Amino acid sequence: MVENNKTFQIVANIVMILLTLCCLFPFLLLVMSSLTDETTLIREGYSIFPSKFGLESYAYLMRNVGKIGRAYGITVFVTIVGTTSSMLLTILMAYPLSRKELYGRNILAFFVFFTMLFNGGLVPTYIMYTRYLHIKNTMWALIFPALLVSAFYVIMMRTYFTTNIPDAVIEAARIDGAGEWRILFTIVLPLSLPMIATLALLIGLGYWNDWKNGLYYLTDTRLYSIQNMLNQMLKDVQFLKSGADSSAAAELTQDMPSVGIKMAIAVIGALPVMAVYPFFQKYFVKGITIGAVKG
Amino acid sequence: MKTAATARKQKISRTRFKHCIPLYLMFLPGALYLIINNYIPMGGLIIAFKQVNWNKGILKSPWVGFSNFTYLFQTKEAWTITRNTLAYNAVFIILGTVIAIAVAILLNELRSTRLKKTYQTIILLPYLISMVVVSYLVYAMLSSESGFINLSILEPLGKEPVSWYTEPKYWPFILVIIQVWKTFGYNCVLYYAVLVGIDRGYYEAAAIDGATRWQQITRITLPELVPTIITLTLMSIGKIFYSDFGLFYQVPMDSGPLYDVTNTIDTYVYRGLIRLNNVGMSSAAGFYQSIVGFILVLLANFIVRKIDTDKALF
Repeated sequence: MVENNKTFQIVANIVMILLTLCCLFPFLLLVMSSLTDETTLIREGYSIFPSKFGLESYAYLMRNVGKIGRAYGITVFVTIVGTTSSMLLTILMAYPLSRKELYGRNILAFFVFFTMLFNGGLVPTYIMYTRYLHIKNTMWALIFPALLVSAFYVIMMRTYFTTNIPDAVIEAARIDGAGEWRILFTIVLPLSLPMIATLALLIGLGYWNDWKNGLYYLTDTRLYSIQNMLNQMLKDVQFLKSGADSSAAAELTQDMPSVGIKMAIAVIGALPVMAVYPFFQKYFVKGITIGAVKG
Repeated sequence: MKTAATARKQKISRTRFKHCIPLYLMFLPGALYLIINNYIPMGGLIIAFKQVNWNKGILKSPWVGFSNFTYLFQTKEAWTITRNTLAYNAVFIILGTVIAIAVAILLNELRSTRLKKTYQTIILLPYLISMVVVSYLVYAMLSSESGFINLSILEPLGKEPVSWYTEPKYWPFILVIIQVWKTFGYNCVLYYAVLVGIDRGYYEAAAIDGATRWQQITRITLPELVPTIITLTLMSIGKIFYSDFGLFYQVPMDSGPLYDVTNTIDTYVYRGLIRLNNVGMSSAAGFYQSIVGFILVLLANFIVRKIDTDKALF
């Protein structure tokens, strides 16, 4: 029995290691390719063990830091502003819904919840934002549509408030003369920090990774976030290579390590999430499980 | 008497309402957002029944009844996008669930907590990166001139290189692999959370009675998972009319020769609206998706509630 158990543990670990390698392999390929010498890349293709390393791709990115740095700045700005405003709106919306004495609570909760069941889809949304609210090619396009308030997160937050903040605490504060705003900001929020951290991470990740808003609402490349930039680069390098007869394109491609550069810029786009994630893994896992168990 | 009582009641409800005013103020900004971002576009679905004339505006554009829909359903694409959306989702649900459960059970049987945590961290990683980055990872594998598969696998084996981005026959498999790769960690975390909650006493009792590990898995673990499996599967069925736009648009790099196997309702609506500027056709497809999607969500929830009231969304 003990012997059998030991073999089982070894086999199970081997299976899990193979599985994790499958998860990691594409990332490894990406990083190694970005560090490969350009002529080697052209000859051998993207590989895990290149015969010659090289830093041309990153050197090229450093020389042309203007465009990429700008896109990076926009992503950071949008993530910070978006996450902060989204958290504020989400908390402000979730707190009243958690209060039993709120008149019409069920109707308001349904008003929020219904947006999870039914939606107008891309066509009316796109037309409204571009023809009537004119957010095309503005910074609003990256912050406002789709991402700012999600019913899902409001309900997650509401559930946290109702299950973790005792009514007695709020009642005591009210008897002491505190208003609702004071109760929320000085009593309820400090008691909800774990949930706030979890939600902020999920929302922040959503902003950092978003490319759809940029794809739908931006044609001005100066407003591109790093994700939109990545999107553009995957197509542009191809475009430059296929249209090599035009002299301007040829000139542009001349000093560009066009095979390696794609991988280098993807590394730069994905790096922050991958670097930060292991430290916040606990919160991510918690966020996922809470969200699914009772949305 | 009666009138006095109702008057008092009215007074109480008025003071209660007054007390709630700060709460309503808090609720207001988010509510305005949802009205703009969600409720107005719901009303905007009426454009599927209109011949949009931008000079007149949407509300004054002429009604055309179902003609946008007749157009849409006469095209070959209407069938293709419905088939692709439903078939891919069906495979994703079945394969995704089976793999996630298998891995969750395996993870649960491991003894070392440190290794467990490491594995869990790694398998969740693909879930956290954007589809744009995924499209780069896929490109590194499949690019015809420099991709890993063509140059490091097919060439050493003496096989002809494949032009992956123009060969539709491979894409159903490629897309399924990518989707499973990206999401199994997420589903695994969900199932694993349920497994951790199972009372260890069951397993101890079973072990004393001489149950093998396999018997413990099939007689204790799986039955404990069934409610979660049913709920999550039904919720996925509720979303079966929606596809991940990034997976079907970004990852195949919007390659024309692949449309037959990569076109879903979401990519069709996007291309129709933004590329072809065909508002009638794409709004009809969008309306079709919203309404059928809504019916499916209601149906899925109705069934979940029949099985387990606590797990139902509403």
